[in-house]
Amino acid sequence: MSNFLQGRSRQCGTTGLPVCLDAAFFIKANAVFAVVSLLIGGIGAILLGLTRWSAVHLLSDVMYYRILTLHGVDMLLFWILFFEVAVLYFAVTSPLNSRLFSTKIAWVSLLLMVVGAVLTNVMILQGKGDVLMTSYPPLMADPMFYLGIILVAVGVLVALYNFFATVYIANRDKTYEGSMPLVTFGALAAAIIAVFTLLHGATALIPTFTWSMGWTPEPDAGWYRLVWWALGHPAQQVNLCAMVAIWYFLASVTTGAKPINETVSRGAFLLYILFINLASAHHLLVDPGLSASWKIWNTSYAMYLAVLASLVHGFTVPSSIEVAQRLKGYSKGVFDWLVKAPWKDPGFSSVVLSALIFGFLGGITGVTLGTEQINIIAHNTLRIPGHFHTTVVGGTTLAFMGLTYYVVPLIFQKEFYLKGLARIQPFIFGIGIVVMSIGMSLAGSYGVPRRHYDVEFAGALLPAGFDSAAHFMLGILGIGAIIAFIGLLMFVLLTVAAVFFGKSLETSKWEGWQSEAAMAKNREIYFKRDAEYEKASHKVSGTLTLVFILLVAFVVYYFANWKALTDVWFVR
Amino acid sequence: METEKKHALQKLMDNPWLLLVLGVVIPTLSYTVWGWIELANMAPATLP
Repeated sequence: MSNFLQGRSRQCGTTGLPVCLDAAFFIKANAVFAVVSLLIGGIGAILLGLTRWSAVHLLSDVMYYRILTLHGVDMLLFWILFFEVAVLYFAVTSPLNSRLFSTKIAWVSLLLMVVGAVLTNVMILQGKGDVLMTSYPPLMADPMFYLGIILVAVGVLVALYNFFATVYIANRDKTYEGSMPLVTFGALAAAIIAVFTLLHGATALIPTFTWSMGWTPEPDAGWYRLVWWALGHPAQQVNLCAMVAIWYFLASVTTGAKPINETVSRGAFLLYILFINLASAHHLLVDPGLSASWKIWNTSYAMYLAVLASLVHGFTVPSSIEVAQRLKGYSKGVFDWLVKAPWKDPGFSSVVLSALIFGFLGGITGVTLGTEQINIIAHNTLRIPGHFHTTVVGGTTLAFMGLTYYVVPLIFQKEFYLKGLARIQPFIFGIGIVVMSIGMSLAGSYGVPRRHYDVEFAGALLPAGFDSAAHFMLGILGIGAIIAFIGLLMFVLLTVAAVFFGKSLETSKWEGWQSEAAMAKNREIYFKRDAEYEKASHKVSGTLTLVFILLVAFVVYYFANWKALTDVWFVR
Repeated sequence: METEKKHALQKLMDNPWLLLVLGVVIPTLSYTVWGWIELANMAPATLP
């Protein structure tokens, strides 16, 4: 039984899901500010890419660090947080058949976030926040820089209160039966991780704000780094949960897939909730104040339980797609199901590319770089951004883009223009990110530092710099950045054109990214529960092959890194 | 009517409030509090 207020809901003609109109308004508003932040961060990205490309070296030194701050804050905080609030409002209303708890609270959250984001961006562009996203003391920014981020964090906390209150009223009003739907459970995991994240953000930034006002002494650098990274890294784990929830959602909408064992998938989210935030310790692996026990426990033993969770999702999502595709008759050989998948649907291609880039590049490099011993040869080199651009950009951002291709027609009720361009956009963006990240990682392997304006150290008393191979890799980074930026620009322009000038779908039927017959088949497969489904769910040879390729790639990369370590660290 | 007995793990996964508490407390103890204790007990550096 739903608890929607009179006249404040509608039924989606494509998915059949109920849509809370109040939630839909705030989903739209947060999504719009997310895309604006993405555009600002993206412009920063291309300027930085063209500066790190030694042959171009576009920006001046001061502008490099200013734009790096802008890029980090807009991409890793604002784009992600605005979009996540939109995801949370959707996941807690439509799948739960519930209304949003409070529109007033949603307004308060939105206003706090918008004012905070504008304030921080203005401070950065005025040159009053050249402290990079991490804002480590003793670097000091204008108090309004910190205040802006605090306002955004508080705004998200307010949205999280609205999320949990909606979970409460949905439970109370029994708007759904049995366990929470998996997509909502994934969003719940994201929300729980976000609570930990934002409480730590406030703990790190409020003393920094009061210090910048001259009210309190300078925070201890070691203490600040410990607490700040419980904001910086877990913020990306919130993305991770949201991304995986989107994988499950889009896999079901675009292929009719359903997890072959929901309990196992929920168990994987549980492992995220309990253990993934310990990964923050990766950033402190060379900090002198923390013991090897603390580092190894938090980055290895306990964290591997969260890695296990990613491996579970990395198996269940493609295997559920494989089962659905085989049930449609695409069962020849090992990869017929994948070859004949709906690649022209940007929702599908985004999910597959996101999972491949996240798993093969982001996952393998992340686990390797998070090993304390190996970290010593990679810390603060370009290998680190090479890793996280494959997780938070190739993984999360691509998944968020894929969801947008469904949010715009289903929630905004607007049709996309130039659908042919939309169909190829995920490939262009994905290829760009992969090329850029490989360039970063290989340049980092030569020791090229991250967050560095001039790796040739022009004017230094002692000659320093890198050989031509490293500069070649930086050139690859720059080319990848250009391709990715083109993909990003296509996404922003297509989305803005659809949202503000697209044909309204309020009275007409949406054409969809796939034919009507294909979508009907997806729905039929999704609700299939017979013996044929049971039999098909055990035939996942394609996914198993991919899993073994991943395992071999991981083993090779991991041991190559230990070999590299022995080359520079002689143990006698 | 016979009611199906739920597994303890399933009960945990169906309790968002307990998950919220565990999701905040476990990393706070393992990462933050342990880290604070280590930083607080760090001996002052001596001059060479």
